[in-house]
Amino acid sequence: MAEVVAVIASTHHPFYYRASTSTGADRPPFADEWVRKVEAFRETLTKANPDVLVMVGSDHFHQLWLDNMPQFLIGKAPFYDANWYNEEREFGLPRMTVRGQEDLSAYVLREGLDAGFDLAFSNELRIDHSITCPIITLRPQNDLPIVPVYTNIFAPPLPQPKRFVQLGQTIRELVESWPSQQRVAIIGTGHLSLELGGPRQFGPHGPDPEFDRRAVEWIATGDLDGCLREVTLDSLHAPGNATHGFMDFMLMMGVAGEGRKADYVDTYDLFHTMEAYFTWYPNGGAP
Amino acid sequence: MPAPRLSEGAGMSKYLVNKFLFTVDRDPELVERYREDPQGTVAWWEAEHANRILNCHTGESSTWLAFDDTERAALAGHDYPALFALGAHPFLTLTLFIAMFERDHDEPLGFQLEYARRLAHESLPYPDIAT
Repeated sequence: MAEVVAVIASTHHPFYYRASTSTGADRPPFADEWVRKVEAFRETLTKANPDVLVMVGSDHFHQLWLDNMPQFLIGKAPFYDANWYNEEREFGLPRMTVRGQEDLSAYVLREGLDAGFDLAFSNELRIDHSITCPIITLRPQNDLPIVPVYTNIFAPPLPQPKRFVQLGQTIRELVESWPSQQRVAIIGTGHLSLELGGPRQFGPHGPDPEFDRRAVEWIATGDLDGCLREVTLDSLHAPGNATHGFMDFMLMMGVAGEGRKADYVDTYDLFHTMEAYFTWYPNGGAP
Repeated sequence: MPAPRLSEGAGMSKYLVNKFLFTVDRDPELVERYREDPQGTVAWWEAEHANRILNCHTGESSTWLAFDDTERAALAGHDYPALFALGAHPFLTLTLFIAMFERDHDEPLGFQLEYARRLAHESLPYPDIAT
């Protein structure tokens, strides 16, 4: 059976690419420390020596639209082109092409449907920065095939937080039952407190540092019970109007497992939002 | 935390406001056209594109979509605080308006911070964005 060699949860900050590649007067003062933290985080994936990446993210109204909106969708294609005109325009993100691990996509779809998740699928998916940001930060050589998993954290009505956790638990079980000898890393990105298009946007910190502190604690300690007790679809409006992206972190807590402390935790307090980086090694300790 | 508040206006065509923002934002020529001529672009789009189902030819267009007066005025006036109050999706509004107006500001994040200031009268619960 396949082995889950690392579980990684991260924020996806679309400005990292431009900040980390800019030079001279264009380079922001926070870039060097940000690069140092990302490179240390990257090492936690490199050390796990994965063959395949399952990548959880959320389309930002790029390919998925309100006339036909899935809640959970699996990409099943041999290739995924990536990044969109408005991401090039606003963030300077590059065009990319990522290989797909189509047999694992097929397995997750079939077994996921049979496990009670009515998953949508796409055979031609152009992925966006929710998946390319972690490729840029964690695997910039872009040499591994992926299985994209898209969740709806964006266009209400949304699934309940517990459903994200359950999907994470199911993805973990499915990857571990995949009849293959591949080493799989499961990577997901979301947000801590975040406001976009509202009065609290682009402040010197995330809109709700207290929520961020508690969220990092939930994730770092694997406190799924505590997190699920406090987090509801309504409660997530309070820390910032885009904070429903935190449910992708909850999905990754489901992948990592209840009570499972993260083996690597780092944060970086930036303008606009707090960056947060977590890695678990399911087989105990660093590989 | 209470549920989001009902948005202003009839709210019947919130989807259509989002569809305008979505289809303009993904087309570089339309972004410029909307920046330069908001009234004309909104009128043209409502007449020619509001009922177009994406990915379908015009023979299979919808028959019933139209802005209400408040929505049409908000779009034609580049009035993003009004769009927020109407429950337009804030990500769509922000992304498109950055594309149109960030260039007019010298300071990094100058437009984004002005945008926040112009919404400073808004408090929780925000207008409902569900469609």
